[in-house]
Amino acid sequence: MSTNGSNGFEPRLIGFLCRWCSYNGADLAGTSRLKYPPNMVPIKTNCSGRIDATHILKALKEGADGVLIAGCHPGDCHYINGNYRTAGRFPLTQKLLEQLGLEHGRVRLEWVSAAEGDKFARVVTEFTEQIRALGPLGWSAQFVDESVAAPAAEKEAVPA
Amino acid sequence: MAEDRIAVYFCHCGSNIAGKVDVDKVVAWAAEQPNVAIAREYKYMCSDPGQDLIKEDIQQHGINRVVVAACSPTMHEPTFRKAAAAAGLNPYLLQMANVREHCSWVTVDKGEATEKAKRILNAQIHRLPFNEALDPIEVPVNPAVLVVGGGIAGIEAALKLAATGKKVYLVEKNPSIGGHMAMFDKTFPTLDCAACILTPKMSAAGKDPNIELMAYSEVVEVDGYVGNFKVKVKKKARFVNTDTCTGCAACLETCVVRKVPSEFDQGLGKRSAIYIPFPQAVPLRATIDAEKCLTLKGKKCKQPCVTSCGPGAIDFEQKDELVELEVGAIIMATGFELWDPGQDARYGYGRLDNVITSLEFERISNASGPTNGEIVCKNGEPPKSVAILHCIGSRDLNYQEHCSRVCCMYSLKFSHLIKEHLPDTEVYELYIDMRCFGKGYEEFYRRLMDEGVHMVRGRAAEVTDLAMSPEEEGRLIVKTEDTLLGIVRRIPADMVILSSGLAPAKDAKAVSQTFGFGCSGDGFFLERHPKLEPVSTITDGIFIAGCCQYPKDIPDTVAQAGAAAAGALALVDNPTVKVEPTISYIDPEKCAGCHICVGLCPHVAIRYNEELKVAEVITAACKGCGVCVAACGSNVPQQHGYLDNQIFAEIEGAMAF
Ligand SMILES: Cc1cc2nc3c(=O)[nH]c(=O)nc-3n(C[C@H](O)[C@H](O)[C@H](O)COP(=O)(O)OP(=O)(O)OC[C@H]3O[C@@H](n4cnc5c(N)ncnc54)[C@H](O)[C@@H]3O)c2cc1C
Ligand code: SF4
Ligand code: SF4
Ligand code: SF4
Ligand code: FES
Repeated sequence: MSTNGSNGFEPRLIGFLCRWCSYNGADLAGTSRLKYPPNMVPIKTNCSGRIDATHILKALKEGADGVLIAGCHPGDCHYINGNYRTAGRFPLTQKLLEQLGLEHGRVRLEWVSAAEGDKFARVVTEFTEQIRALGPLGWSAQFVDESVAAPAAEKEAVPA
Repeated sequence: MAEDRIAVYFCHCGSNIAGKVDVDKVVAWAAEQPNVAIAREYKYMCSDPGQDLIKEDIQQHGINRVVVAACSPTMHEPTFRKAAAAAGLNPYLLQMANVREHCSWVTVDKGEATEKAKRILNAQIHRLPFNEALDPIEVPVNPAVLVVGGGIAGIEAALKLAATGKKVYLVEKNPSIGGHMAMFDKTFPTLDCAACILTPKMSAAGKDPNIELMAYSEVVEVDGYVGNFKVKVKKKARFVNTDTCTGCAACLETCVVRKVPSEFDQGLGKRSAIYIPFPQAVPLRATIDAEKCLTLKGKKCKQPCVTSCGPGAIDFEQKDELVELEVGAIIMATGFELWDPGQDARYGYGRLDNVITSLEFERISNASGPTNGEIVCKNGEPPKSVAILHCIGSRDLNYQEHCSRVCCMYSLKFSHLIKEHLPDTEVYELYIDMRCFGKGYEEFYRRLMDEGVHMVRGRAAEVTDLAMSPEEEGRLIVKTEDTLLGIVRRIPADMVILSSGLAPAKDAKAVSQTFGFGCSGDGFFLERHPKLEPVSTITDGIFIAGCCQYPKDIPDTVAQAGAAAAGALALVDNPTVKVEPTISYIDPEKCAGCHICVGLCPHVAIRYNEELKVAEVITAACKGCGVCVAACGSNVPQQHGYLDNQIFAEIEGAMAF
C-alpha cells in the first residue's frame, strides 16, 4: 500500500457488503467510473444480518484499521428484516469493541442501495479519511498471542 | 482430501482492467502463492477461448479450485461456473475476484489499483481451500404467472402469456383495466384512435379463459421465491355483486350523489357515488365509492340504486376479501403518475383558470370526454391561442432530473389536434430540445411545422395573468426567453397546457418493498442490468415492464411487455428451477437448544425439535440470509457458501500484506 496520506498513514479497511444492495451499489460506483480511495477490500455476504462481532474482531485482529458493514436500507432487505437484526446488534457490538479499547468510529454501519453508487463512493472516501485521522490500530501486533478470541480459520470438515 | 490445486485467471477486460492494473505483476505474484498451481492472464476471460483455458486446466492439469479475477460476479459468475461444471468441476469451487467494478474502474493511481487487485485476489485464494462442493437445490415451478397493473403493459403481457396456455392472474388496483392509454383520444405519431386499438385488447383480457382478472384489488403480501411465490391479494369491496351486475348503468342515473369529480376525467367531469369509470370499462361492473355513498357513510338514503338495479346486484354488506395465489413468476406493470405541476407555483396550476395538465387536455380533446371533444376554455369558448409548455417537472434539477421521453411527442400531438379542430387558433410549443426519437417521430414534427405551429425554443419561465398591454388584458401570458431569437417574449394565450413529466407512482417505493426489489435514484423500479436485463429485477422470477421501469411510449411499453412475458414463460415453462444452495444448517450435536435463532429467522425457517431439544432448519423455507448464524452465541448454525471459516479466510487473505 502506498504511503501518500497526509500523515503518511494509509488505513487498511474491510467492508462487508450485502449482496443485494450494497455490493450492487459498489458495482454501480464502478460502472459509473466514480473514484474513491483504494483502502477497503470488500467481502460479500448474502445479507448484512450475517455479520456479527466475530467477523469484525477477526478483521481487526488481522490488521484492519476499520470495518464497514453496509446493507440495504430499512425495509429493503432481501430477507424481510435481516438488516433490522444488523442494526439491532450494532450498538452492542460497538459497546463490546469499546470495552476492548477500540476508539469510537472504527466500525461503521451504512445503508447503501443498489442505486446509490455515489453514496458508496462517498462512504468509502469519508470512512478512509475518518480512519486516517484516528491513526493505525495495530491489533494484529498486539494480539499475536491470540488473547482476544477471534476465531482463526480452521480447515475443518463441515457436514453438508 | 486431495491437495488443493488452485488456478488463477486474471482478465484484462481489454483495457478496462489492464489499463489500470499491472496484470503481469499480479499474475507473477499470484503464481507464487500457496496452493496456486497455475496463474494465467487473458484478454477476455468470458470469451469462448477464455473459458476453454479454464476447462483445459481442469481436465489436463488436475485443477480443483478456480479463481477468476475479472468483472463483478453479478455479470459473469454464472458463465464461469458453467464452464467449470462443463469440465467436471463442482461450480461452487470457483470464485470470482471483482477487480473491475471494485478496483480498476474506481481507483485513480495505477500502483494503488495493482495493490488493491492483489488484496482482492488474495482474499479469494485464501477462501478457496474452504469452499465445499455444493449442488443447487432443484425446486418445482408453479406454472401460473401474476401480472400486477392492468395498463397497456400488463394487458399485453397477460395476453401473451395466456396465449401460451399459462394461467395468468391480472391484478389491477382501479375498478377497470386500461391505465393511462384508456384516457387518450389519439396516439402519436400515427394518430391511431387509442380506444380503437386498446379496447379490443382490454376485452380480450377480460374474456380470456386463461386470465383471471382481479380488478379493484391490490397485492398486500408476497412470500416465497422464484418458481414458488405465495401472494396475498386484497379484493376491495365494490358493494356490488360482480357475478350478477350486468353493467347496465341504470343505477348511475338514479344515485342521489351526482357531483363526485371523476378520476378518469381528471376531475373535469362528474360521476355518481355508484359508478363505472368509463363506458368501455373492463370488467364492466359498477362500484360504489364508500367515501361518497350516503348509505355507506351511515347517512340516510332512499337507495334508488337498489330499486333501479334489476338483477339486485347491490350489496352494502360486502367486505374486502383476501385471496391467496400461488405463482411461479411475477410481472410488475404498475405504470407511472403524472408529475403534479402544482409543485411549481410559477406555472399557476390550480391558481389560474385555463392552465391545465396534459392529461386534462387528453380528456378535453377526447370525443367521449367531459366536453365531448370540443376544445374549449372554462367559459365554453374555444381558445384563440394555446401555449404548450414542455418539460414541466422534467429535466429540472429542482424536481426530476430525467427526461420523460414522451412529452415532446404528445405535445406535438396536441398541436395537431388543436389545429384540426380549430384551424385559426395560434399554437405555440415552448421546448428546450425537440426530442423526436422514434420511428416516424421526426417526420411528425416536420408535418406539424407545415401545419403552422409556432415552435419557440425556450423553457417557459412563468405563466401570469398580469397584463402589461390592452391586448394582454384578460388572457394568460407565458413569459419565456426565445433562445433562437435571443429575446425575452410574452406570449398571450387563452389556454396553457402543462406538458408534465412522468413520475414514479407515489407508492412505487412501498410496492418495491412488498415485492422485494429496489428502485433506482429516479424512483422508478430498478432493472437488473440497464442494457442486458432491462425487464428483470434483482429478485429472480420478478420481471418489470412499461412505465414503472422508466417513462416510455406505447410501442416501447408493448415491446417490453412482450420481453417480460417471454422471460416469465422461459421460467414457468420448466417443471423445476435451480436455486442457490447457500442455505443454513444446524449441527444437532452442537446446538444447545437455546431457541435464540428460532425467533429471529425472518422466514420462519427454523423449528424447535422438542424431542431432540435442538433447533432445526427447514431446508425448503430457508432463504440463506445467515441471520441465524450471527444470532447464535456460538455460531452453531452455519451457512453453506458463507461458512465462518470461509469469511475468516477471506479476511486473512485481504489483510495478508
Ligand atoms: C398526457 C400523455 C399522453 C400520452 N400520449 C401518448 C401517445 O400518444 N402515444 C404513445 O405512444 N404514448 C403516449 N403516452 C405514454 C403512455 O401513456 C405510456 O407509454 C403508457 O401508458 C404506459 O403504459 P403502462 O401500462 O406502463 O402504465 P399505465 O398506463 O400507467 O398503467 C398502469 C396500470 O397499473 C395500475 N396500477 C398501478 N399501481 C398498481 C398497484 N400497486 N397494484 C395494481 N395495479 C396498479 C394502474 O391503475 C394502471 O391501470 C402519453 C402519456 C401521457 C402522460
Ligand atoms: S345508496 Fe344512495 S348514495 Fe349510495 S350508491 Fe345508492 S343512491 Fe347512491
Ligand atoms: S349494479 Fe345493477 S343497476 Fe348498477 S350497473 Fe350493475 S346491474 Fe346495472
Ligand atoms: S439463514 Fe437462518 S435465519 Fe436466514 S432464512 Fe435460513 S434459517 Fe432463517
Ligand atoms: S439483503 Fe441487504 S441487508 Fe439484508
